[in-house]
Amino acid sequence: MKPGVLLSARQAGKAFMQNGKPRWACRDVNFDLYPGEVLAVVGESGSGKTSLLRLLAARLACDEGSVHYEVRSEQANETDGLTDLAQMSEAQLRRLARTDWGFVEQHARDGLRMNVSGGANVGERLMALGARNYGHLRQEALSWMQRVELDTARIDDLPGTYSGGMQQRLQIARNLVTQPRLVFMDEPTTGLDVSVQARLLDMLRELVDELQLAAVVVTHDLAVARLLAQRMLVMKDGCVVEQGLTDRVLDDPQHAYTQLLVSSVLTP
Amino acid sequence: MIEQHYNFAFLDERTKKRIRRALLKAVAVPGYQVPFGSREMPFAYGWGTGGVQITASIIGQSDVLKVIDQGADDTTNAVNIRRFFERTTGVASTEKTREATLIQTRHRIPEVALTEAQILVYQVPMPEPLARLEPRRRETIKMHALSEYGLMHVRLYEDIAQLGAISRAYDYPVLVNERYLMSPSPIPKFDNPKMHMNPALQLFGAGREKRLYAVPPYTPVRSLDFEDHPFEVQKWEHACALCGATESYLDEMIVDDQGSRLFVCSDSNYCEERRDAGHVGTQLAVTLSSVLTHQSDCGIASERGAA
Repeated sequence: MKPGVLLSARQAGKAFMQNGKPRWACRDVNFDLYPGEVLAVVGESGSGKTSLLRLLAARLACDEGSVHYEVRSEQANETDGLTDLAQMSEAQLRRLARTDWGFVEQHARDGLRMNVSGGANVGERLMALGARNYGHLRQEALSWMQRVELDTARIDDLPGTYSGGMQQRLQIARNLVTQPRLVFMDEPTTGLDVSVQARLLDMLRELVDELQLAAVVVTHDLAVARLLAQRMLVMKDGCVVEQGLTDRVLDDPQHAYTQLLVSSVLTP
Repeated sequence: MIEQHYNFAFLDERTKKRIRRALLKAVAVPGYQVPFGSREMPFAYGWGTGGVQITASIIGQSDVLKVIDQGADDTTNAVNIRRFFERTTGVASTEKTREATLIQTRHRIPEVALTEAQILVYQVPMPEPLARLEPRRRETIKMHALSEYGLMHVRLYEDIAQLGAISRAYDYPVLVNERYLMSPSPIPKFDNPKMHMNPALQLFGAGREKRLYAVPPYTPVRSLDFEDHPFEVQKWEHACALCGATESYLDEMIVDDQGSRLFVCSDSNYCEERRDAGHVGTQLAVTLSSVLTHQSDCGIASERGAA
C-alpha cells in the first residue's frame, strides 16, 4: 500500500445477471487516486463508466475485487489508512457519502430536492450533520451560491424555476458545502449548451484547485477530460483499455480504441 | 345496556393480546412505530380506528372512559366512540378529566394535568412524520434506524425562508427521548409541551397505516426548532368568553355576518369546571375591527422577524 492514496480500486468489477448469466458491466479495474487529483473516465456509452462510478461511490457493491478509501477518523486530521468499503456499515457509508464525498448526478434533478428552495438544498447536508442555527445556515447558503456564481436573490426559489446550468451549479454547491475531499461526477456538463458548459468547467476547475478536491469525472467528452483531469482512464466494453496522464493519452494514444476515440473528435 | 353478541370491547381476545404485545414493544422503544395487525372496525378509516383498537385492547371492567374530539366531549366522533364502548363493554364513562382512567383523544390533550393513574390514547391519521418529505417507506425506515433527521429541519428551514416563521401549527414534529422522530398526531403545537415528562402513559394508534407507538410516563419529548427560531406555542390576545381563562387553547368561532368572533376554551370539560368554580368571562364576542388590529400587529411582528 502506498502512502497518501485516497481511493484505490483493486480488480473491482460488477456483473449484472442477464438471463441467468452474469454480464460484466465493468471488470478488473485498478487504479489509485491521490488527494487533489482529478481522474477522468472516458469511453462510449455502455462501456461501464457509470457502473464503475457507482462502484467507487459504494452505491453498488463489488462482485469482484474491492474498493478502498482512506477514511478520516473522528480525531482531527488523523487517518485510519485505507478501508475496504465492503467492510463498512451502511451507517458509516451514508455518513461518508454525506460528509467526505460528493456525488454530482448527470441530471441535476436526481441530485436535488426539487420541492424545497435552493437555500434549503445547500443547507441540507449541514442540517443532517446537526447544524441548528437558521442564521448560519442562511449565511452558508448565500456564500456558496456566490461561489458557484448563482444569483443570491434566488435563494428562496425552487430549483425547478432554475435553468439547467443553474441547477447543475446548485447541485455542485450542495455537494461541496461540507468540504468533501472526493467528488464523483457523472457527466456534469452533458445536456448544457457549449457556452454554459465552458463557464461551468471553468468554475469546476477553480473550485477543484482552491479546495484541493480529488475527483472522479465520468465523461464522454474528451475536451472535458483534457481541461479538468490530470489522469484518465479509457474504457471499452467494461474493461480499462488504457490509462495514463491525460495529455499523454490524448496526444499519443496507444490502444486502437483510444486512437479511434481521439480521431473522432470534431473540430470546427 | 351491553350488546351480548360481541366479545368484551368488540375485538376477540387473541387480537387484543396481539395489540397489547405490540404496545409493550412500543413502550419499550419510545417513539418507535411498531407495525400491528390492524383490524376492520365498525368505523370508517379516519374516525379513530387505531385509537379505538388500542382502547379496546387495554380497557378493563374497572376503567372509567373519557373520549375527546377536538377538546370537546359532545361532538360526533366523541359521542360515537363513547357509545361504542358503553355498548360493547358496559364500563363507566365520564366527561370529567380527573375522574377518567382511560382517555381516548383526537386533536387535543386535556388542559388539566394528567396523573400516573391515567392512560391517554391518541388517534393518529399519519404516523410517519417524514412521509411528506420522503415518499419511499423503505428509506424512511432506514432514516429512523440511523437517526437521520436532517430532512425534517430542511422542512422547518423552508418554512422560515418562505414565511418568516415555522408555520406548522399542528402535528408539530417532536423528538422522543432524544432518539426517535415522532408525529404527535394532529394536536395543536400548543399541546406539545404537555407531552414532555408527562406522568401518564401516552399511546398512539394509526388504524389505516397499521402502526402504533408510545411515549411512556416521564419521557422527554422535545419539539424540533432552530437555535435562533425557538419553538413557541400559540398565544391569544383574548380570554375565554365563557370562563375567562387565559392559559387554555381557545377555539375561534364566527358568530354573525359582521365577522364578530367568540373565543372559547376548546377543552369543554376544563371550561365547565372553571365556570362551576365561579370564573366568569365577558360573555361577549370580539368585534371584527379589534380582531383585525390584532392580526395586523402580528403581521408586522412576523415581517420584522424575517428581516
